[in-house]
Amino acid sequence: MAISTHILLIIALAPLVGCLLAGFLARFIGRAGAHSVTILGVAVSCALSFLVLYQLTVGGAAEYNQNLYTWFQIGHFNASVGFMVDRLTAMMLVVVSFVSLLVHVYTIGYMRDDPGYTRFFSYISLFTFSMFMLVMSNNFMQLFFGWEAVGLVSYLLIGFWYKRPTAIFANLKAFMVNRVGDFGFLLGIAAVLYFLGTLDYATAFANAPSLVGRTLQITAGTQWDAATVICICLFIGAMGKSAQVPLHVWLPDSMEGPTPISALIHAATMVTAGIFMVSRMSPLFELSSTALSFVLVIGATTALFTGLIGIVQNDIKRVIAYSTLSQLGYMTVALGVSMYSGAVFHLMTHAFFKALLFLGAGSVIIAMHHEQDMRYMGGLRKYMPITWITMWAGSIALVAVPFTSGFYSKDAIIEAVGESHRWGAHYAYFCVMAGVLVTGLYTFRQMYLTFHGKERFTIAEHHGHGHDHDDHGHHEPGVLAHAPKESPWVVTLPLVLLAIPSLLVGFFTIGPLLFGNWFGSAIHVEAANDVLAEMGAEFHGPLAMALHGFTQMPFWLLLAAFIICTYIYLFNPAMAGKIKAALKPLWTVLDRKYWVDNVYFALFARGGVMLGRGFWKASEQGVIDGAMVNGSVGVVHRVAAAMRRLQSGYLYHYAFAMILGLILLLGGYWLVGPGLAGQ
Amino acid sequence: MFNHLLSLLIWLPVVGAIPVLFAGSARPNLARWLSMLVAVLTFVASLFLLVRYNADTGGMQLTESYLWIASWGVHYGLAVDGISVALIVMTTFVGILVIAGAWEVIQDKPHLYMAAMLILEGLLIGVFCATDALLFYALFEAILIPMFILIGMWGGPRRVYATLKFFIYTFFGSVFMLIALLYLYQKAGTFDLATLAALPLTFKEQAWIFFAFLIAFAIKVPMVPVHTWLPDAHVEAPTGGSVVLAAVMLKVGTYGMLRFILPIVPDAGAHFAWLIVVLSLIAIVYIGYVALVQEDMKKLVAYSSVAHMGFVTLGIFIAFALVREQGSTDMALLGMQGAMVQMISHGFVSGAMFTCIGVMYDRTHTRQIKDYGGVINVMPWFGFFYVLFAMANCGLPGTSGFVGEFMVILASFAASPWIALFAAFTLIIGAAYTLWLVKRVLWGEITNPHVAEMKEINGRETFVLVAFAAAVLALGIWPQPLIHLMDSSVSQLVQQLAIHKI
Repeated sequence: MAISTHILLIIALAPLVGCLLAGFLARFIGRAGAHSVTILGVAVSCALSFLVLYQLTVGGAAEYNQNLYTWFQIGHFNASVGFMVDRLTAMMLVVVSFVSLLVHVYTIGYMRDDPGYTRFFSYISLFTFSMFMLVMSNNFMQLFFGWEAVGLVSYLLIGFWYKRPTAIFANLKAFMVNRVGDFGFLLGIAAVLYFLGTLDYATAFANAPSLVGRTLQITAGTQWDAATVICICLFIGAMGKSAQVPLHVWLPDSMEGPTPISALIHAATMVTAGIFMVSRMSPLFELSSTALSFVLVIGATTALFTGLIGIVQNDIKRVIAYSTLSQLGYMTVALGVSMYSGAVFHLMTHAFFKALLFLGAGSVIIAMHHEQDMRYMGGLRKYMPITWITMWAGSIALVAVPFTSGFYSKDAIIEAVGESHRWGAHYAYFCVMAGVLVTGLYTFRQMYLTFHGKERFTIAEHHGHGHDHDDHGHHEPGVLAHAPKESPWVVTLPLVLLAIPSLLVGFFTIGPLLFGNWFGSAIHVEAANDVLAEMGAEFHGPLAMALHGFTQMPFWLLLAAFIICTYIYLFNPAMAGKIKAALKPLWTVLDRKYWVDNVYFALFARGGVMLGRGFWKASEQGVIDGAMVNGSVGVVHRVAAAMRRLQSGYLYHYAFAMILGLILLLGGYWLVGPGLAGQ
Repeated sequence: MFNHLLSLLIWLPVVGAIPVLFAGSARPNLARWLSMLVAVLTFVASLFLLVRYNADTGGMQLTESYLWIASWGVHYGLAVDGISVALIVMTTFVGILVIAGAWEVIQDKPHLYMAAMLILEGLLIGVFCATDALLFYALFEAILIPMFILIGMWGGPRRVYATLKFFIYTFFGSVFMLIALLYLYQKAGTFDLATLAALPLTFKEQAWIFFAFLIAFAIKVPMVPVHTWLPDAHVEAPTGGSVVLAAVMLKVGTYGMLRFILPIVPDAGAHFAWLIVVLSLIAIVYIGYVALVQEDMKKLVAYSSVAHMGFVTLGIFIAFALVREQGSTDMALLGMQGAMVQMISHGFVSGAMFTCIGVMYDRTHTRQIKDYGGVINVMPWFGFFYVLFAMANCGLPGTSGFVGEFMVILASFAASPWIALFAAFTLIIGAAYTLWLVKRVLWGEITNPHVAEMKEINGRETFVLVAFAAAVLALGIWPQPLIHLMDSSVSQLVQQLAIHKI
């Protein structure tokens, strides 16, 4: 049973059709029409994605790799639009379409009162299309198309509420930081074409071994290893998209966008594109341990240091955003130790539980009338039990309580780092281990502040309902117009449907995904780098692994975090303030986010404008126009003024000039003319 | 008719301008419809060019040649290759859109405006198919006149300064070209470009001629540091003038390089290619920063034009190094094709950007960025197009703006990773100036009362923007037809690069 091109085309194009219909024909099909067509489109894609996954795993279909049409053919270079669907792609398709479908449904409830309702559906369907193009690509050009297209949609969605100054600042920032990553990415693609002579994945990967020993001349005396240059450049792209330090600054700000897209784009799918890309490029990355060490150190730094910031956040969405950064760091660490399948495994489990956490946070935000500050929440569990329970499900997966999906994927990564001998693995091991404690701290803190303890809001007894969906913040903080209540089923159903895989999917998939060579030829690991092979010898099934997990260091760290948070936030709320006061300098460092934003803004935004202004004033207006252009005009003016004096109007002046001219002309001919005539 | 298709293309708009003129200011609507008719007919005629031109064989086709000035051996010689065809079709396409764009915007003597546009269009088509150097030169100079009239009559308050700067600047450059042509004439006894291409020249001769040509064409492109006439001209020009200036006229400069520098002085071209490459990179990076701080929307887009044209000159001259030093014909083809695609794409993208600015200017009569903010609130459909063209301007894949830049960056990496590094910087700086502009103009709350009064685009404006959008997207999604059209011609150009004349 072969995978049919038509099915793949429908998977990719169905969301695009939905996007176009909802975007251009909203006036005719209305709000219900817009959400119906987009949901239908994504549902079709989702069903067919499962079919493709089924065909590949159970049906024994061969992997699909075909070009659809030639994008350009120049000399021997070919760039095509085409699909490559193997198990890695199929898994991404399923994750993306499933989360996207649930987010589409959820949006009906979340965006109900928003004037941009149909536009929002159009955007998220466009995003789904772009993401499909990214993961289904069979070449670097189309990968870059999908890469930038998801960036565009991210830009549009972060700035969805375009009247808010913070939103349109955040979306510009997100686009710019991503462009810095894409700058590296594009150079990486250029290097691939230069060294491997093709943009096609299959050919490039087949030729990859030829990179060994080749170098790129940087300066007269400096040669860099070709594979290292390619991989680091490509990874810079991943650092932008997957928000790795130091290009992580855009992701927290992206929370300006509506919550459904925070779940879909900035947690479950788009930000994992970098992880997917590196996994896809495993035949290249395996050639450079330098590049992989670079990946490892960057990932480890991100995993720990962004997680720390999460501890001091008060905005419910920002806590989850920093958690996302930290978890992306874990995935990157997995890439760095050549455990690509582990990275993709964590990508999958994370997609479920993080989408769940974001959507749950969104449910809380609806109940709180768009209050996002956890200091004005507390005790919400009795108002919204489904949200409360499902968010706990997501949280225990996030902190990796044994048996949850997050446990299997995260503990495998930690163990793999411990096994790895790669340069930087010791540092990374410390980071990912400390990260467990940090994850526990911010997660339990968030859950307690939101759902447990005393209510820190009051319910005003005033009339007239009406909270404005995209115009919150005008009311007094902590005062709600009416009591919070559980969200409608379109919101809670996706929560429940996400909670199930968050808890269970890891148990059933860890065996084949990590130790069963499930990905087959889609992921290539050199035998010397294969940490999973070593771990596989000690893997005796998911049950044994979970039971073993209770005796391990990560679990004890987790337990410590649980006890600390429980004590502080349930039994001794005053404690938090005391700790904050005692650790004021540390708190300030974290609250200021290590001043990275400030430095970037001063250096790149302000600095760029100042540099531009300097060029503009000094060079453009000063030298070029001032001295060269208008200066020479000045010279002409002066010459002309002198010439004007010659035009005296006296006849004898002219007569004299004519005679002089005649002499010169004849004399000149007499001198030069014979020479000319002789030719 | 097909034997004289090129003549038809040139003379149809020029002669068609005469009845438009006679319609007079008393019957402005007649003038408008007549000129639209002429523009559409010219466009249709140019489509026949696509049919008649055989892209597989390449070379100069549809040749016409008549003795023009017998005593100097000057011919009225016309022919096209794939590059010319692409440029001509782009010109006639844009021709329709500027007529439509000016429709009720130009209230003062519309018949003169439309006639000047048509004549300009005819002359530009002539430039793209002249095979005689003197004919090329005559047309190259002649296009200044209608443009001079367009800016001088319908321009802004500082139009006198701008027109003089524009005229003198470009005229100054072409004097050098004339001298070089006269020198070549006295050596070869003809102005026929094919003969001149075969003419052996010493390196010293080539160097002098190279710089003479370079000055003429670099001003037209324009390249740094002779670019300052462009922002001034754009700011003062009426919308249609800006569109034609950016979309078509700038290409005359790079087209001239292809027809004169590459075949006639290839050795000097190769020797001094580094200079052009450096100037192109300066255009991309330095001009990007200058564009960032512009307060006038038109100036910003004008500077961004200079930066984008940097990719054209980069792609053309990087090919020299790739062919001669690396021996990599495929990479050279990639760079050269990238430059060609960028020429066409920039025609659409910059034309669309200037049209968008014109649409806003017509409503508010200001081009200052600070006078805007929150336009999306009152003009959502306009906002859609504006964002689309802004994305094309910063080279988003899927739009035409990506294709050429992508190809040139890939090719330049083969010449030197450093060149690619600076060229790829456009990803960052291009996005910065374009999207910051979008942020300040389109997004946000309405802060200025006149923005609140802006009306959504009407049917005519929608037509123009949809046409531009269709071109931008079609090229971005499937560039291969355009590339195929130019492929054999570009291959011939690249082969010429390798030929040593000394």
